[in-house]
Amino acid sequence: MATVGRALLIVAFAVALYGIGASLYGVLRGDRRFVDSGRRAVYALAGVLTGAFLILELAFLRNDFAFEVVATHSSTTTPTFYKATAAWSSQEGSLLLWVWLLSVWSSLVLALTRRRVREIAPVATAVLLGFASFFLMLTLFFESPFGTLAQPPAEGTGLNPLLRHPAMMFHPPMLYSGYTLFSIPFAFAVGALVTRRLNSEWLQATRRFALAAWLFLGIGIVLGARWSYTELGWGGYWAWDPVENASLLPWLTGTAFIHAIMIQERRGMLKVWNASLVLATGTLAILGTFLVRSGILDSIHAFGASTLGVPFLILIGIMVLGSVALVVWRRADLRSEHQLDSLLSREAVFLLQNVILVALAFVVWWGTFFPLISEAVTGTRSLVGPPWFDKYTVPLAFVLVALSGVGPLMAWRRVTAANLRRNFTFPVSAALVALVALSLVSGAWEEPKAVAFASIVAFVLAAVGQELWRGMRARQASAQEAAPVALAGVVRRNRRRYGGYIVHAGFAVLLLGVAISSSFEHAKDVTLRPGQTASIDGFDVRYARATSRPSSEKISLGAVMEISKDGREVATLHTTRGYYPSQDESLGIVGRFFGGERESEVGLRAGFGRDIWIVIAPDLAPLAPIIDEGNATFRRAMVGVMREGGDEAAVAQLFALRDVAVTAVARRFVTRPWPATFRMIVSPLATWIWIGTIIIVCGGLIALWPAPATARRRVTAGYAARVARELARSSS
Amino acid sequence: MNPSRKRRIRLVVALTAALLAASALVYTSFSAGSDERTAGQLLDSAVPGETYTLAGTVANGSVRREDGVLWFRVLDPRRPVSARVRYTGLVPDPFREGRGVMVKVRRNGDLFVAEKDSMVTKCPSKFQVAPPRSDPRPGSVST
Repeated sequence: MATVGRALLIVAFAVALYGIGASLYGVLRGDRRFVDSGRRAVYALAGVLTGAFLILELAFLRNDFAFEVVATHSSTTTPTFYKATAAWSSQEGSLLLWVWLLSVWSSLVLALTRRRVREIAPVATAVLLGFASFFLMLTLFFESPFGTLAQPPAEGTGLNPLLRHPAMMFHPPMLYSGYTLFSIPFAFAVGALVTRRLNSEWLQATRRFALAAWLFLGIGIVLGARWSYTELGWGGYWAWDPVENASLLPWLTGTAFIHAIMIQERRGMLKVWNASLVLATGTLAILGTFLVRSGILDSIHAFGASTLGVPFLILIGIMVLGSVALVVWRRADLRSEHQLDSLLSREAVFLLQNVILVALAFVVWWGTFFPLISEAVTGTRSLVGPPWFDKYTVPLAFVLVALSGVGPLMAWRRVTAANLRRNFTFPVSAALVALVALSLVSGAWEEPKAVAFASIVAFVLAAVGQELWRGMRARQASAQEAAPVALAGVVRRNRRRYGGYIVHAGFAVLLLGVAISSSFEHAKDVTLRPGQTASIDGFDVRYARATSRPSSEKISLGAVMEISKDGREVATLHTTRGYYPSQDESLGIVGRFFGGERESEVGLRAGFGRDIWIVIAPDLAPLAPIIDEGNATFRRAMVGVMREGGDEAAVAQLFALRDVAVTAVARRFVTRPWPATFRMIVSPLATWIWIGTIIIVCGGLIALWPAPATARRRVTAGYAARVARELARSSS
Repeated sequence: MNPSRKRRIRLVVALTAALLAASALVYTSFSAGSDERTAGQLLDSAVPGETYTLAGTVANGSVRREDGVLWFRVLDPRRPVSARVRYTGLVPDPFREGRGVMVKVRRNGDLFVAEKDSMVTKCPSKFQVAPPRSDPRPGSVST
């Protein structure tokens, strides 16, 4: 099967190269047949790569350890769900996932636009296939997912324990969908610039893909944060790690782009800015992939040093230079059709919001690449930590959230004093009420920034609520509908606008969760014996009992923790640390079952008011003497068995005894418990980070869904085209 | 005022503001950055009281825990020297001997005292610690 997989990759590479040639030849010679053939090459590519990806998936599901990637990233004991998703935990599999997703999204956009943007599409096709060729080249010549082992092992090494979390399994496909979808507006922007078709048509054709890219990338980022919160055992969701930052960069510029295109569509302004933004976003998406794949920056997520750095740098260099050259070359065609009428207008707010987003992206980029920049300038690699990032990003986030409330309240072109009074009275009052109410909460002013931020969030929520209310009232008045029906109707009729407003509300809620949970978090490290209690933020946390559970994959040592407040039971949590076996024989026959990778399972009680988060870090030192004794005993026994000829039954019996011994050693954590260390965190409003994300996803899906009018127009256009074809046929 | 002159003034003001902001960013990053050093560099030239980021590999056989304190040595990737580290706080799950780490430290004689919770451990994508073929996994371990 690996041979078939490799053959499919070669076919895919050939198809991609043919598609580039056919598209460019077709556009140069004005021959639609070649243009169509180039487009069909993309469909064929998607088909071939789907086959290749299925082969890899089947290899994982069938435990085919002849595939090197399966042997090193899965095992027979890996649960089926993780087997199915282990393909993209590897460098090789994730590269194949990237190019497969690119081929699928490219096919979709080219199918949907086959009767539109006819001059731009062939160039865009060549660009998209160029990306596909690049990634196929990597899978063929650098990191093949279909590499085989001459002597397949009976058992694989298994999936990295840290990745065994549902959020982490969906995180890569979401991020890659975001990255590959951002390649689409990039490709069409290149096509528009090359062919000088710089009106809003290409924007309209790819706007939905940019929005989908933004949504998928955002979901991927939050899934990564959720994994970090519940799996990594440090209690945080964001640490300004280079790999986290890499995914945030295109998301920030992509957010700027999906706002700025509204100004170009409505007023014909910001053409240079939009072209630059979309080209930068596409480049940053590749940069994000490069950061994870090259290991150029130290990160807990990086795939270590790899050979992919140089090819990626060449691609990024071509993208940057090509983008700058195209924008400069076409600057005369990118002149704005109108000027900004007033600084008090929706356009001005969008522009300021864009500047803030790009400034944020620059700060994140600078901080992320600072180790390389400082090394180049001073010869010493230097790093900036979270405080440096917070210093710049927090004030910028303040302004950004405030603008997400101001924007919907401003009129296009120019606002009047009456307009300002009418639109701002309620939201500003809500912000002031929130400020006063929070002032009454004891201890709130210990964190004035958090209080101010909460007031801004109240302003945004009131602004969005007011807009939805007004829309609903207007529809109620005109259509005589009940309130919920009218609200649903007004959102359905203008999905892009109201979906966007809902996203703004979700964004404010998400950042409220971040601001409050990080400002008012209580964290404590304590060492407890079973039966002992510690206090944190008014809660009593009792170490009720120790637990020990050896399973087919790992040995879990844990604790049952009883949480109470003022004598009233609040929750019972179970936290464990899993110990995976090591193949390091120097650890001993028994010792290696405790000396491998470790994985924390957090005890979490999530609530609307606060999260209570506990993780255990057992100290294995008290087990060392008994492990050493076990190692020595079994070593002697093994030597004895081998001396007597190494009878298979005797060896099997010895291993069975060893398993009993390992279980008994692990049980000592329960039968003779000793103190264990715990990290406890009480995080107010942390749950609202995830609730805010759900609101954003709902708003994003509403904005993404075609409006009924558009759907109707599409049907009408399709019907008209069919009638025209039939008339032409009958007249001939 | 002439509209084009007005636009030009706006542009100059905006660019100047952007330049000033970028300069502040550059300045603070260089002054706030913590230098990444190897064990050998720190042993040769680290100044007590200064904070450095020590990067390297955890030496085999060097990890010891005592009363909530983690002791280990970080190897220099280029020279046969290592720095002794005293660490408190959260130990990342991937932390092991032979694994790449970065930790913020201050010099105290030959010892390097780490900032609490400052350790970052590189997470390998390939999980390379399974038992050898002849030795069954603990699947048969009775529970």
